[in-house]
Amino acid sequence: MILFRLAILGAGFTLLWQLLVSITGAPHYILPGPGPVCNALINNWSTLFNHLQITVTEILAGLAIGTLLGCSCALTMFLSPHLKRWMLPVLIISQAIPVFALAPILVLWFGYGMASKIAMAVLIIFFPVASSFYHGLRRTEPDLLELARVMDAGTYGVMRFIVIPSAIPAFAAGLRVAVAVAPIGAIVGEWVGSSAGLGYYMLHANARMQIDNMFAALTLLSVASLSIYFSIDFLLNKLIYWETPQELNHARGM
Amino acid sequence: MLDKVSLSFEGTTIFDQLSLQIEGGKCTCILGPSGCGKSTLLKMISGNRSIEYQGSIRIAPGPADTNLTAWMSQNDLLLPWMSLEDNVLLGVKLRFEVSSSLREKGARLLEEAGLGAYRKSLPSALSGGMRQRVALLRTLMEDRPVLLMDEPFSALDALTRIKLQQLAAKLTKGKTVLLVTHDPLEALRLGDKILVLAGTPARVAASFEPEGKSPRDAGDSIVSEQYPLLLKTLMKQ
Repeated sequence: MILFRLAILGAGFTLLWQLLVSITGAPHYILPGPGPVCNALINNWSTLFNHLQITVTEILAGLAIGTLLGCSCALTMFLSPHLKRWMLPVLIISQAIPVFALAPILVLWFGYGMASKIAMAVLIIFFPVASSFYHGLRRTEPDLLELARVMDAGTYGVMRFIVIPSAIPAFAAGLRVAVAVAPIGAIVGEWVGSSAGLGYYMLHANARMQIDNMFAALTLLSVASLSIYFSIDFLLNKLIYWETPQELNHARGM
Repeated sequence: MLDKVSLSFEGTTIFDQLSLQIEGGKCTCILGPSGCGKSTLLKMISGNRSIEYQGSIRIAPGPADTNLTAWMSQNDLLLPWMSLEDNVLLGVKLRFEVSSSLREKGARLLEEAGLGAYRKSLPSALSGGMRQRVALLRTLMEDRPVLLMDEPFSALDALTRIKLQQLAAKLTKGKTVLLVTHDPLEALRLGDKILVLAGTPARVAASFEPEGKSPRDAGDSIVSEQYPLLLKTLMKQ
């Protein structure tokens, strides 16, 4: 069902794209049409695929580490109000500094390889996850905590059976945001200093006026990002098995 | 149990040198209008340290200790991510004391309450009355000498309420129950002793022991005699 809808979206978008090119008569070095881009994709497939693998690895690694770090931070701040007072300002400052400004420094510290790109991705992913999970933890229903207290529950028991499960929907909301913006970290890192990846490829294609190649890379990046997002969305829905997401049902006049 | 309790909250005195003695093995109903401090009293008895009061609360043989009480409220507080049987066993799970004999006990309780078929279902599949039934079973599973019930059936419709009252009376026979309610009919049906708590600061405005064994029928003469009197006492406050 969803594949069908994506196919229609893709077809419609391609049609609009071709129309735009035809109507404006844009030259191929400004806006190539779907045809040339397809050709570029097919001709350079093996190169593009290698770069794609590298970028996707950076994104996924950044997601894994960023999520882990974010969750640990949230749990630490929740369990220790003392630490929270020190950590929360640091957390917020980390977001106030534009990631793009930090990119050259990260390349300096972590080198031209994947590590600096992963670090970039982690910086972007970490805050939405930490913030939403932390606030989710804090919103545990007070009467549930009261019940646990009367039952002589220890901290570990309360966290494992009550607090953390009740905070997972909030965590999922933060993770979805993080997943959508994770590619930014990887690509910007590649622009600033790298020897591989789709961002690197796009930059160089642009410099050589190979705009059709650049668009081909962009298309691959879009497809990859979408795939990652929907996979994680699917996994999250499986994780939150006890809730059925609600929608306003107009057919019922609600 | 002995109270001799004073409690102030944000300038209003809720309890002033209130003393109560609750008899073991019986169901004592605390009847009173909303907001007079009944829920707070239950929380104090259950050992909530964040409520600072003067005086002492003791559950014989020792001081008010959470180990001796089980608590249930108007909200069923079932965990939506756990099955019914896991919810019934919640206290046991939280204390990491799960054993096969306790699992069997939980399953038996569910059968007795007529919910055996829903053992593995999630709470979202159940109606409000069924969920409150599970909450009752969870409270009984705790096997504590004192059961504290804070308006447990007030959120249910009249018919479901009566069914739950029957079930509760049957399952809590012989246990010490402290049932807080604002419904005089419920107090008359279930109480071996009724304390009317009212006023600011709250004090025992009336106390008596209805005749007959609980659960009393709504048509019982005792119920129909006392109901208007109770109502009048409550309205007077």
